[in-house]
Amino acid sequence: MRYEAPETVERATALLAESAGEARVLAGGTDLLVQMRADVVEPALIVDIKRIAETRAITEDRGGWRIGAAVTGAELKEHPRLQQVWPGVVEAANLIGSTQVQGRATLGGNLCNGSPAADSVPALIAAGAVATLAGPQGRRELPVEDVMLGPRRLALGKGEIVVSFRLPPRPPRSSDAYLRFIPRTEMDIAVVGVGVSLTVDASGTITDARVSLGAVAPRVLLVREAAAAIVGSRLDRPAQDRLEAAARAACAPIDDKRGTVEFRIQVAGVLARRAALIALDRARTS
Amino acid sequence: MAKHHVEATVNGDAVEFLCETEETLLDVLRDTLHLTGSKEGCASGDCGACSVTLDGRLVCSCLVLGCEVGGRRIETIEGLAEGEALHPLQKKFLEHAALQCGICTPGFLVASRALLERNSNPTDTEIRYWLAGNLCRCTGYDKIVSAVKDAAATLRKG
Repeated sequence: MRYEAPETVERATALLAESAGEARVLAGGTDLLVQMRADVVEPALIVDIKRIAETRAITEDRGGWRIGAAVTGAELKEHPRLQQVWPGVVEAANLIGSTQVQGRATLGGNLCNGSPAADSVPALIAAGAVATLAGPQGRRELPVEDVMLGPRRLALGKGEIVVSFRLPPRPPRSSDAYLRFIPRTEMDIAVVGVGVSLTVDASGTITDARVSLGAVAPRVLLVREAAAAIVGSRLDRPAQDRLEAAARAACAPIDDKRGTVEFRIQVAGVLARRAALIALDRARTS
Repeated sequence: MAKHHVEATVNGDAVEFLCETEETLLDVLRDTLHLTGSKEGCASGDCGACSVTLDGRLVCSCLVLGCEVGGRRIETIEGLAEGEALHPLQKKFLEHAALQCGICTPGFLVASRALLERNSNPTDTEIRYWLAGNLCRCTGYDKIVSAVKDAAATLRKG
């Protein structure tokens, strides 16, 4: 098994594109090493992207933020300003695993692992994050909701990697929140995850919103109907009811050991309402 | 394929070793460098028995490849005591009987040190959340939490 740790994006994509056997990108390794250990994957080539400066940086970018694909959850949490602007994104990333896992697990890895239950992905989609991809043909931008196609399936071509994510500029009175349901307090995989991002005007009316649901469909969903249900409202009870109904209507979950179809649909509505109320409260005081 | 030649710092000492790609940092620490304090419990990042710090960051060494750590600074349980003098965390784990079989203990100590470096006066809740990735099947955790709090108090007094 070959291991490479290139220092440029160009070298990384060339290595991946030229690989004859199965090639895997290594960021935090908290999924890849477990899968290798379980013989789920046996790559011929591992390309570690952590020595590429761009993948490790958090920078302000045209009024928004750019977060490298190999930035860890712990680094997001320790950043002096990110938590104020995007508390939902930061809290979602910090729900992934233990302290040890948060020290390694990355946003890019969480997305590219291709799990519909990935905690940071609904928060990124709600935030309107756009992934910068690089491949042998150069760079392109893709909204995060379009990166994952289904379980373990991504819209990335051969040799293409996620380099970074751009979070858009934040208008005044904007915030976000992420909630998930798990059967215990910590250290589990989401049965349902919900990200909500919204903006309110001076009177407290919601002027813009995005709602994303995880673990209730083959991929993480951007639910425009759920956002439309609360835009123009002050999230009074009828708007909450519309939000719950729209969130539930979008669900197409499976039964598994962590939750039944009925349970997941029910919880998706409840969490959408609660996450929206948290985001609203944060937006009013931001 | 040839083995990787890696130079790093372990507990303040410069080390160099050869490893295969699939060898984890835990494999290298235990089998090559003979630092067997870090334990393999689950080998999947769930139990924390292999906890070390990498450039000051708490990680599971079973989820790090040996070939990744070139130029990096690793601290293991072997670096906790100063010669024969136990670290306050080690003393308090003994005083509070915060261990029985001891397999999880190196990981708990390394993780607890990482906590106290960031937070000199953690609450019970903060300790429990920080240590949620360290599993112990003997103690029921209460004695571990007490030991960490007591060690924190000792360290605060200097």
